[in-house]
Amino acid sequence: MADKPRVAFFDFACCEGCQLTVLSIGMPLVTLLQHVDVVTWREALSEKSDQFDIAVIEGSISRDSDVARLKAIREKAKVVVALGACATLGGVQGQGNLFNRDELRALVYGDAYSSVAGSELGKQWIFEASEVRPISFEIQVDINIHGCPINADEFVAVMENVLVGRPYRQPNEAVCYECKLNQYECVYDRGEICLGPVTRCGCNAICTSKGHRCFGCRGLMDEVNLHAAKDVLQEHGLRLDDILGMFRMYSLRAEPEKKIAEAEEKPRKAEPWRFGSTTSPV
Amino acid sequence: MEIRVDHITRVEGHGNILASLENGRLKQAIFEVVEANRFFEGFMRGRDWEEVAHLATRICGICAVSHCYASLTATEAALGIEVSKQTKLLRRLTMNAEQISSHALHVYFLAAPDFLRLQSVIPLIQKSPETVARAFRLKKTGYDMGEVVLGRHTHPVAAVPGGFTLMPKLSEISAVRERLVALRPDLEATVELCKTLEVPAFERETEYVSLRQPDHYAWIGGDIVSSDGSSVTAENYRDAIQEYVVTHSTAKHVKWTRDAYRVGALSRVNNNWKQLRPEAQGAMKALGLKPPMHNPYLNTVAQVIELIHCVEDSISACAQILNEGLQEEDIVIKPRPGRGVGVVEAPRGLLIHDYTYDERGRLTKANCTIPTGMNYANLDREMQALLPTVADQPKDEVQRLLEMLVRAYDPCISCSVH
Repeated sequence: MADKPRVAFFDFACCEGCQLTVLSIGMPLVTLLQHVDVVTWREALSEKSDQFDIAVIEGSISRDSDVARLKAIREKAKVVVALGACATLGGVQGQGNLFNRDELRALVYGDAYSSVAGSELGKQWIFEASEVRPISFEIQVDINIHGCPINADEFVAVMENVLVGRPYRQPNEAVCYECKLNQYECVYDRGEICLGPVTRCGCNAICTSKGHRCFGCRGLMDEVNLHAAKDVLQEHGLRLDDILGMFRMYSLRAEPEKKIAEAEEKPRKAEPWRFGSTTSPV
Repeated sequence: MEIRVDHITRVEGHGNILASLENGRLKQAIFEVVEANRFFEGFMRGRDWEEVAHLATRICGICAVSHCYASLTATEAALGIEVSKQTKLLRRLTMNAEQISSHALHVYFLAAPDFLRLQSVIPLIQKSPETVARAFRLKKTGYDMGEVVLGRHTHPVAAVPGGFTLMPKLSEISAVRERLVALRPDLEATVELCKTLEVPAFERETEYVSLRQPDHYAWIGGDIVSSDGSSVTAENYRDAIQEYVVTHSTAKHVKWTRDAYRVGALSRVNNNWKQLRPEAQGAMKALGLKPPMHNPYLNTVAQVIELIHCVEDSISACAQILNEGLQEEDIVIKPRPGRGVGVVEAPRGLLIHDYTYDERGRLTKANCTIPTGMNYANLDREMQALLPTVADQPKDEVQRLLEMLVRAYDPCISCSVH
């Protein structure tokens, strides 16, 4: 039999829930394993190898000292797949960028940090923390699998595409699209708020399927009109800082404030654009 | 003898074993935790009471349900929210779901290869496909149970302060019940598998800490008790449990009455075994387990005992739900300032979330104390006790025993650093 593609899993700062989601696929995973050789997967296997074709990377980068390991993975891999919101967007911990890192360290490590902050001891490796960023800020990523956590079906679809050498088209519609296909009740119609209109789909609207709202874990879709979304949220009684807080939970690195400001500068029609309207977004 | 294991495999997160012996005497044995801090306690501040659990559950991918409930019960305590009997029943069912899923993952995929002297579960796909299929069945049943009620196991969707956004259909609960009943032969086979495992002969008595409820095996709420006889209420955990920083770990270490204690399945079974379901107590008898158990490697077997308990308890919970039906509930919550502490037994042990909210319902202060973090001090001391007793063995074997010891704690490293 010809050599099977060699797959390796790696992770940086995250909860490893996306790799767990892969493990929870169950028997289809066993089928997939027959078409690839998983040569490194620290969370699940003790086998280790430096030779691999496909690197699946979970987690965000939040320490400068992790960048070398990430770049070494990129050099060895033919294809890099970013697995989950931490890798693709920076993840919820990206919100830490809004705080002073010294304050965060003092908060978590208490006196042990406060008493040595600013000195050589404050530079001990246990305290290292830098700006949180997605892996695409450091290396070229070939395929993003968004979500917190990922959708297991999308993982299988991506792997199938990679294995047969077919390009993978990332979903770029709003979560509303999948919500409507499933005929779920619109969250706005219930008088509540939702990030579905601006968030990239691919999750099959899992949160609205359970009567909750979309929190935007797959990030903003391309060409998003955040300004209109902001208007809609304001109409529902939210204040601008609440709205930015919603956008920032997963998409801090997409700079929602800037996108809102950009949209503000462009001429707009009297009525804000709504999902489903026939006029195109800005 | 020098042993260094960088990024030990088959555990969640990044940790290293550093151990050395000089002329058969202990020089060093520590578990170095190198996982990056994500500063959850810092960045969650300022978030609204109804967003906090959404974030907090993301501390951990394996025990997301436990974090979700620790977070929700902390918020509910702070905001003065009482949940219904129905909500408690669904929470009990889904806590069971998480233990089933997590314990099955650990017992079969992470720990078992050590006992069988394999690198991973992959060689078993060819050698013993039935074992692998059984492992997936157990794991997936737990995972799918969580999905039926919560929309998703990692990370839960439907669980919110006060209850659930949407009730599962009774037909789904009925299907879950059938799948659970069908797991009974798998549980028997798992007990049989345990009988064949060669558990390293090593004992070290320590302090065992867990929650305790007066009338049932505790998963959510209750007092925090120690096998040394102390007990503290959840709100006052800080009077007892102290977190401190060590120079070899990005996660804090924790102590109570002694310099280290242990949490997790072994502690729970040691402290609360009389409250286990008769089927689980029967399995203990069949395996010759008599609490208190002081062999740290038996944690994996204690997980098997809990697996049986959780499946049987879930079958009862499903029957109760099917009997009583499920009603959609209106949840009306008014924010108020205050502090609340939520305690649960995550698969890896006692988990504490401690929140303070302001008058607008914004989180102003958070502290999360994680089971794996509580275990590190004890793990270090256990490695230090083990090492001299195996000094005459070949290096490979010593390394295997050390790695096995780390895995016996089923550490969840990223969670412990959070």
